[in-house]
Amino acid sequence: MTKEVSIIDLVKVIRSKNAGPFELTFDIIFKDKETYEKVKRTKVITKELIAKLYHIPIEKVLHFVEFDPANAIKATIVRPVDSGSIGETDVYGAQQHAPLLDIKIPYEE
Amino acid sequence: MKEIRVLSPVGMLGYGFPAESFQKGLEKKPHVIAADAGSTDAGPHKLGAGVGIVSKEATKKDLTLMLTAGRENKIPVIIGSAGGSGAEVHLNWTSEIVKEIAKEKNLHFKMALIHAEVEKDYLKKKLAQGKIKPLGPVPELTSKDIEEATRIVAVMGTHSHIKALEMGAEVIIAGRSNDPAMFAALPIKEGYDPGLALHMGKILECGAMASTPGTTSDCMMAYLREDCFIVEPTNTMRKCIPSTVAAHTLYEKSSPLHIIGPEGVVDVTGCKFEQYSERAIKVSGSKLKKSETINIKLEGANKVAYRTICIAGLRDPIMIKQINECEKHVRDTVLTYFNNISPEDYQLIFHIYGKNGVMGELEPRKEITSHELCLILETVAKDQELANTICAFARSTLMHYSYKGRIATAGNLAFPYAPSDIPTGAVYKFNIHHLVEVDDPDELFSVEMVEV
Repeated sequence: MTKEVSIIDLVKVIRSKNAGPFELTFDIIFKDKETYEKVKRTKVITKELIAKLYHIPIEKVLHFVEFDPANAIKATIVRPVDSGSIGETDVYGAQQHAPLLDIKIPYEE
Repeated sequence: MKEIRVLSPVGMLGYGFPAESFQKGLEKKPHVIAADAGSTDAGPHKLGAGVGIVSKEATKKDLTLMLTAGRENKIPVIIGSAGGSGAEVHLNWTSEIVKEIAKEKNLHFKMALIHAEVEKDYLKKKLAQGKIKPLGPVPELTSKDIEEATRIVAVMGTHSHIKALEMGAEVIIAGRSNDPAMFAALPIKEGYDPGLALHMGKILECGAMASTPGTTSDCMMAYLREDCFIVEPTNTMRKCIPSTVAAHTLYEKSSPLHIIGPEGVVDVTGCKFEQYSERAIKVSGSKLKKSETINIKLEGANKVAYRTICIAGLRDPIMIKQINECEKHVRDTVLTYFNNISPEDYQLIFHIYGKNGVMGELEPRKEITSHELCLILETVAKDQELANTICAFARSTLMHYSYKGRIATAGNLAFPYAPSDIPTGAVYKFNIHHLVEVDDPDELFSVEMVEV
């Protein structure tokens, strides 16, 4: 049977960080190959989902990549302001990951 | 079996590392000790203002261990992105610390200083030739940007480090360097595969971060062979597993599949991360695709304003409910009172922790659920005096604003500090983040040999 599982229970790492001063990158690294493949098959985590979670137009999601060697999904967005510029809230970009923690995955037992 | 060993004692020079871990690394007989000393991570201020991010004392402490070990074992010590941003001021700062240590410890060596600060006239010429293009989501470069930048650095690859080694350098203090360059230079010079060497450098540049428990403040050792490299933290309380090393391959990168640098692009799509021994990981399959032209990254920062901040707590539930209205009142009052000052000369920014202080406009949650809020009232203005003036007025306005239903009439804000307003000085911006195409990296980077 299928139930909804919080992504927190499926991952080793969820983090955000600057990728240079103009981009913000998110890493979702799954517990193991099996979990990673299962989540990939659900197609829940997409470029569109990232845009939706951060209320940004999809053009601002610059990269969306599934990286098999690391059992990871990675997305990169344009920073709201360039790092350290006027209006900054997070110079290192290390605390922008929280909306990703709300992702739920339909998961087969 | 052909093997070259690289010791990375620490993820950032001055962050500190355990002497025992370093000693364990030295027992593995490394061929080079290297460390990264800079980053754009902490924002444009270091480059713009010409300051560092770690103290002189901490830098000296780390460097003393490294330089002493380098001389004892007759192996090169390489520091990249010296002083935080790798401009002239940062290079000189680091070089003075090296000389101080040499004097105190009676060490003698050939030191190479690799300069990375860029002449503005040279860049303007390159711009006119159409050889400069944006790197990432930034606008096209203009000569005004070049003119306004307080400092501009170019980011060197292994080319200049190798050149310094060939000139006989025993210690290299390099200006702004691509993160993997310090670690990959000697191996590439010795004929090792550049794709593997650069990937190895990418893993080593953060010290023991690619291990578990990960940290930048401990040592990582790499063994580069002809067809793979092996990484292992020297501290036995840490270990590398496939996911920690694979994860670090994507760390701080825009795309995980390629590690881009002046040498070209390291393609890691076909990489394998395998457990080699209990605490070591073997990586294979990284391949360098050399670029047809040499493109060097440029970083520049300009001064855009001066800042004053005021930190205050809010605990009144009646006020917290109306925080948006309170903000509006302060903005309107400032605008009306200072009608003699152009609104373009200053900007008022409310950082409201408990609402959206961390994420700003990216914050999806709109409701406030906290019983207290922290407000950082920030003013940026064309000069410090104006920033101070607007901040003080906005603070007193909010302190005594009679919002709707107010029953706490003594004051609205809890200040943790006296004085409440803190001038923080100049504000900078990365106004150059571009690639310049060159015929030869030596156009940008020069190696200066110094006998210490």
